[in-house]
Amino acid sequence: MKIMKFGFFAVYKRDMRRFFRFKHQLLSSFLQPILWLGFFGLAMAGNFDRILGQNSNIPGVFEVSYLTFMCAGIIGATILFTNVYGGFFLLFDKNWGILREIMASPLPRRDLIIGIASAAVTKSWFQSLIILIFGLVLGVTFYAGMSPVRILFSIIGFLLFVAAFAVAFLCISLTIALKIDSPEGFQGISTLLTMPLFFLSNSLYPLEGLPPIMEAIALVNPLTHLITGIRYCTIGDHFSAIGMEVHYFPVDILISFIYLACFAGVMFFITLRTIEKAEIT
Amino acid sequence: MSSDTQDILQVEHLSHDYGEVKAVRDISFSVQKGTIFSFLGPNGAGKSTAINVLITLLPIQKGEVFVAGFNLRTQREQVRKSIGIVFQEITLDRDMTVRETLEFHGDLYALDNNLSSQRIQELLSLVELEDKASSYIKKLSGGMKRRLEIARGLMTRPKLLFLDEPTIGLDPQTRRKTWEYLRSVNAEGTTIFLTTHYMDEADEFSDQIAIIDHGKIIATGTPENLKNSLGEDILYLETSDNRAAEQILMRIPGVKEIKCTDRRMSLLSGTDGTHLLPHVISMLAGNNISVHSVNLKKPTLDDVFMHYTGKELRE
Repeated sequence: MKIMKFGFFAVYKRDMRRFFRFKHQLLSSFLQPILWLGFFGLAMAGNFDRILGQNSNIPGVFEVSYLTFMCAGIIGATILFTNVYGGFFLLFDKNWGILREIMASPLPRRDLIIGIASAAVTKSWFQSLIILIFGLVLGVTFYAGMSPVRILFSIIGFLLFVAAFAVAFLCISLTIALKIDSPEGFQGISTLLTMPLFFLSNSLYPLEGLPPIMEAIALVNPLTHLITGIRYCTIGDHFSAIGMEVHYFPVDILISFIYLACFAGVMFFITLRTIEKAEIT
Repeated sequence: MSSDTQDILQVEHLSHDYGEVKAVRDISFSVQKGTIFSFLGPNGAGKSTAINVLITLLPIQKGEVFVAGFNLRTQREQVRKSIGIVFQEITLDRDMTVRETLEFHGDLYALDNNLSSQRIQELLSLVELEDKASSYIKKLSGGMKRRLEIARGLMTRPKLLFLDEPTIGLDPQTRRKTWEYLRSVNAEGTTIFLTTHYMDEADEFSDQIAIIDHGKIIATGTPENLKNSLGEDILYLETSDNRAAEQILMRIPGVKEIKCTDRRMSLLSGTDGTHLLPHVISMLAGNNISVHSVNLKKPTLDDVFMHYTGKELRE
């Protein structure tokens, strides 16, 4: 019974230790999204303002800056990138034999994945909160006009969205790592996966401006649902950005979350099956 | 089913295929509690496959295996809890410290924290790594890594410890040291299942040996029995009259061949030479030939291995 209780914690502890141990990696994982937000965000915001001029605001609708709009997208994209590459270490554990130690131990396979996934969620929370705080420093207007209680609930909702998405993509990454032997192959597949997901989403622009086919794909893209959730939690349910009106209904947000949670569940199950069948020798 | 409770490991008709390739073909053997058992075989003989099945890294396809009384097919978790493993390749995380490595292993087996740190202390002193507890693995020498892995294998006080080539690539001094630890561990009751390329190690330390080739066990026994079973002991004799002695000894049943020079003669025994020797001496004495010196050379385990597999074990 002890194993049921603490099993995943062994894996979690090791993962978190490694996360804080590699200072360069840690720093770059925080710095990269911040730089993107800082440079790309500020530059684009300046340009949008120049192109749209003063006529962009829709009367009666709360308008947010492009930087504010994009900050939610950068958080989403960062969580995507982090977790799609998150299984990379499992590839090394596999190739360096540490996975043999784990697989020959009484630790249930389920606990192995839960341990890695919970560490991934923790890391994703750290990252997203740091980008969020940096965004606020840069002038992002999150939580405008929200009461402290509303902000608290918004943060909880935000963390739940991040968690579901992180688990889903970490599991995809673990499955790739289990099926592939070379780091190059892993990186190739990860890049192939992240680029379309990133651009076929609402991370940098509202979906309304996309060609219909791209928009249709973007609507089933989990990243879109994550970013929708983040925007709802940080900006609100009705606002305009880059001249487009955005109106979220609670039921849409609920559907987005259920979609992500189900996706995470399915991916978890697939990863579990993959690892149960894997012969690590 | 197990009837003999003295056996910590019972393997009955174990087979394992990779598609068309039959890696292990119907092997059966048992390992007695508290002994050191060696599994010898040339590369590609099926050794690794058999071990990977026994340590639960490969599924069991055909046959029955009992580890510490647990059925390998149906009680895999209990089997996992009963065994310790030292893998052939180094399986350590370079970026963890010595203490963290052992701690992690204890966590995997759900050891209580107090018990875990107590065992870490004991084992680090056993393998003489106390002053390295906070060192990163990447800073350790090959010998230290090996010792750490042995300590790790012992963290959970396994009933049965699998050692896959534990001393490969170690210098002779470290090998000797490693064996000192293993012996003391064995003396405290841990059964050891060993594979090695070093015949002298297998010969010196094992209680039982099984030789595997082409997926089958072709010989089992104590090192002594195996060497004796060749029946090719070599007797070196110096007598007062070698030529005359040759004529007499040729008539003894069990003598395969005699090579004779004026100075000395060598006699290849077809049976156990230790039993033949008294007979040889009394025959010669009865014919008034005095024996100046006798040397009995037993075949080495290398000879045994060569005899059964037709191959030499190479490193």
